[in-house]
Amino acid sequence: MKNKKEVGMTVIVKTITRLTVGLILLYGIYIVLHGHLSPGGGFAGGVIIALSFIHLMLAFGREVALKKLSQASASILESLGAIMFLGIAILGFIGGYFFLNFFLHKGKPFALFSAGIIPLCNIAICLKVGAGLFAIFAALVLFKGSDEK
Amino acid sequence: MNGYSEYMLCFMLFCIGLYCVLRKRNIIKIIIGLGIIEYAVNLFFVLVGYRSHGRAPILAKDQTILNMVDPLPQALVLTSIVIGLAVTALIVAIAIRIYEKYGTFDITKIRRLRG
Amino acid sequence: MLPFFVIIPLGAAFLISLLGKKIKNIDDVLANLGTASLLAFSLYSIILVNAHKILVYKVGSWVPPIGICMVLDGLTSFMLVTVNLVSFVVTIYSISYMKRYTDKHRFYTLFMLMLAGMNGIIITGDLFNLFVFLEIASIASYALVAFGTEAEELEAAFKYAVMGSVASSFILLGIALLYSYTSTLNMADISLVLSQKGTGLLVNFVLVLFLMGFGLKAALVPFHAWLPDAHPSAPAPISAMLSGVFIKTLGVYALCRVLFNILGVSHNILFVLIMLGVISQIVGAILALAQQDIKRMFAYSSISQIGYIIFALGIGTPLAILGGLFHLFNHAIFKSLLFLNSGAIEYATGTRDLKRLGGLNSQLPITGYTSLLGSMSISGIPPLGGFFSKLIIIIAAVQSGYIGFAIIAILVSILTLAYYLKFLRFTFFRKFSETWQKTKEVPLTMGLSMIVLAVICIVSGLLITPLFKPFLQSAVNVLLTGNSYKDLVFGAIR
Repeated sequence: MKNKKEVGMTVIVKTITRLTVGLILLYGIYIVLHGHLSPGGGFAGGVIIALSFIHLMLAFGREVALKKLSQASASILESLGAIMFLGIAILGFIGGYFFLNFFLHKGKPFALFSAGIIPLCNIAICLKVGAGLFAIFAALVLFKGSDEK
Repeated sequence: MNGYSEYMLCFMLFCIGLYCVLRKRNIIKIIIGLGIIEYAVNLFFVLVGYRSHGRAPILAKDQTILNMVDPLPQALVLTSIVIGLAVTALIVAIAIRIYEKYGTFDITKIRRLRG
Repeated sequence: MLPFFVIIPLGAAFLISLLGKKIKNIDDVLANLGTASLLAFSLYSIILVNAHKILVYKVGSWVPPIGICMVLDGLTSFMLVTVNLVSFVVTIYSISYMKRYTDKHRFYTLFMLMLAGMNGIIITGDLFNLFVFLEIASIASYALVAFGTEAEELEAAFKYAVMGSVASSFILLGIALLYSYTSTLNMADISLVLSQKGTGLLVNFVLVLFLMGFGLKAALVPFHAWLPDAHPSAPAPISAMLSGVFIKTLGVYALCRVLFNILGVSHNILFVLIMLGVISQIVGAILALAQQDIKRMFAYSSISQIGYIIFALGIGTPLAILGGLFHLFNHAIFKSLLFLNSGAIEYATGTRDLKRLGGLNSQLPITGYTSLLGSMSISGIPPLGGFFSKLIIIIAAVQSGYIGFAIIAILVSILTLAYYLKFLRFTFFRKFSETWQKTKEVPLTMGLSMIVLAVICIVSGLLITPLFKPFLQSAVNVLLTGNSYKDLVFGAIR
C-alpha cells in the first residue's frame, strides 16, 4: 500500500485549526453585523471571514479549502455582493435621491436592527471583500506557470 | 519641535519608503517600499484628526462624551487601506508573472523596453 | 440624472463579470448599450447646462458640506461628452478586435470600471471622492495595460503601476494636509475657508504636491517616463482610451479643477505651467522622430500635444483657455483615431515595425485614408480641426507677449508634421512589398468606428463657429470664474 503524501502542516496545527476555524468565521460575522454599533463594519469583517478560509487552506492544503469554496463560486459571490450594493443604492431612487434611506427606519439607537440601510450595506461589502480576497489568494495559489505543466 | 512630532514621523517613514522604491534592485523590495509609503500617508491622515484629551469616537449606551477625536479621517483611511491592498495584490500578481517570463527578480535585468 | 454616469458603467461591469462566461455575446451587448446610453446622457447634459448654468446633486439628500455633492457645470459637460464619445467608438471597435484575445469578458469588466472611474472624477464635487475614483480608474488601467501578458507588457505594466501608486500617494498626502488646514473636504467649502483664512506656505506646498501627483498622471515632462512603455503595450482600444481620454481626465482636468477653482492661481503658478508645457512639447517631438515602432511614436506625440494643452492653460487669458480646451477635444478625437488605426494595421499584418511595413494603401484603403486625415489634423493642416486649435493657441501666446514660446510652438508643429509624414510614407504610401499581398481589409465594426472618428475630425473645426461656440465657452467660463466657483455652488444648493 503506497503512502499518501502528507499535505498541509503538522498534526498540531491541523487539530487547532479544526477547533478554531469555525470560531473565526463566527467572529467575522459578528463584526459585520454590529458594524453600526462598534468598530469594524464591512471591510474588517470581510477580511476576517476571508482569513478563516485562508487559514483552512494554509493548514490543510489547497484541495480541502477549494472543496469548501471553489474559485468559481468565489467569483460569483463577489459579483453578487457588488450588485447587491449597487441595488441598495439604486433603490434610493424611488425615494428621490441616490442612496436615500426610505424603507428602513432609524430605530432605537444601540439596538441591533437600527440605523437604516447601513447593516445591509455592511453585508454587501463583506461578501465582496471576503470573496474577493479569497479569490485573489486562490488565483495566486493555483497559478500554473509554463514550467509546471 | 514639540508640536510637530507627527509630521516628522510620517515624513521620515515616507522618505524611507521612497528610498526603497528608488534604490532597491529586487522587485519584492520595491513592492515593500510601496507598502511603507502607503502606511506613512495613512498614518498621517489618522494623526491629523487627533484632538487633545479626546477619546475614541464611539457612542456607548451609558457614557456621556465630552470631547472625541475626529472620526472623519478614520473612515477615509479605511477606504484608503483597501485601495492599497488592491494595488498591492495586483502588483504582486504582475511580479509573479514577470518572474516566470524573465527568470529573475532583478530590475536592472528587466529592461527589454528602451528608447 | 447625474449619478447615472457612475451607476451605468458600474452595473454593466458587475453584470458582465457575473454573466460573461455563461451567456455568449452578452458582454458585447451590455458594454455597447452602456456606452451608447452614456453618450445620450452626456449630450442631454449640454442642454441642461445651457438652461441652468450649474446643477448640484446631493447624494442621499445630505446637504453639503456634511454630504457629498455632484456638480454639473460647463467644464463637466464638455469633459463628459469627450470621454463618452471616445468610449462609445472604442467599444464598437473592440467587438471585433478583442476576438484575438481570450477572456473577453474580463476585458469588458475592467474597461467599464475604468470608464466608471473617469466619469466619477469628472462629476464629483468632493476632494476625497475624486481620489477614490482616481484610484478605481488607475487600478483598472494597470490591469488593462498588462492584459496581453507578454513579457514586455508585464514589464511596462509594473513600471506604470509603481509610478502611478507613488503619484497617488502624493495626491493623498496633499489631501491630508489640506484637510488638516481647512477641516472640510468639499471643494467649494475648501475654497470658502481658504478665502477666509488666507493662504500661506502650507497651501503652496500642497500645490506642489498636487502638481507632482496629477502631473505624473498627465505625463508632463519630468514625470513622463511610464507613458512610452505603457501605451504601446496595451491592446489597441485601450491605448486609444488611455492616450485619448485617460491622461486628460486624470491629469489635465483634475489639475485644472484643483488649481483654478479651489486653490486659486497666481502668476508664478501659471508660469510654471507654461514652462512644463513648453518642455513637454519639445521633448515629446524630438523623441518621437527617432522611433521605429508605430505606437511608441504615437505615445511620444501624446506627450507633446499634452504639452500644448498645458501651455495654453498656463497662459491664462480667455482666448488661450478656449484654445487649450478645444485642443483637448481635438486631440482626444484624432489620437484615438490614430491608435485605432495602428490596431487595425496590427490586426491585418501582425507587426508594428515601420521598417517592415510598406505600401498598404492598396490593401487597407479605409485605414489608409483615415490615418491620412488624422495625421493631417494633428499636424495642423487647414481646414481640418487641429489647425484651428493650434492657431488659437499661438495667437493667444503672441497676444500675451510670449513671442518666443509661440515660435517654439510653431517649430514643434513643423516637427509633428515631419514624423507623421514619416509614419504615413513608411506604412501606406511606399512601394508595395510582396509580403503583404494577402492582407484583407479590416472587419466592418473596426472600419465603421474609424470612419466616425475621421468625420468628426473634419467637422470639429466648426466648433468655433457661433452656432456651437457656447459648448466651449461655458467650459472656459467655469475655469475663468476661479475662486467664485464656491459662490456658484452654494447658490445652487439653496
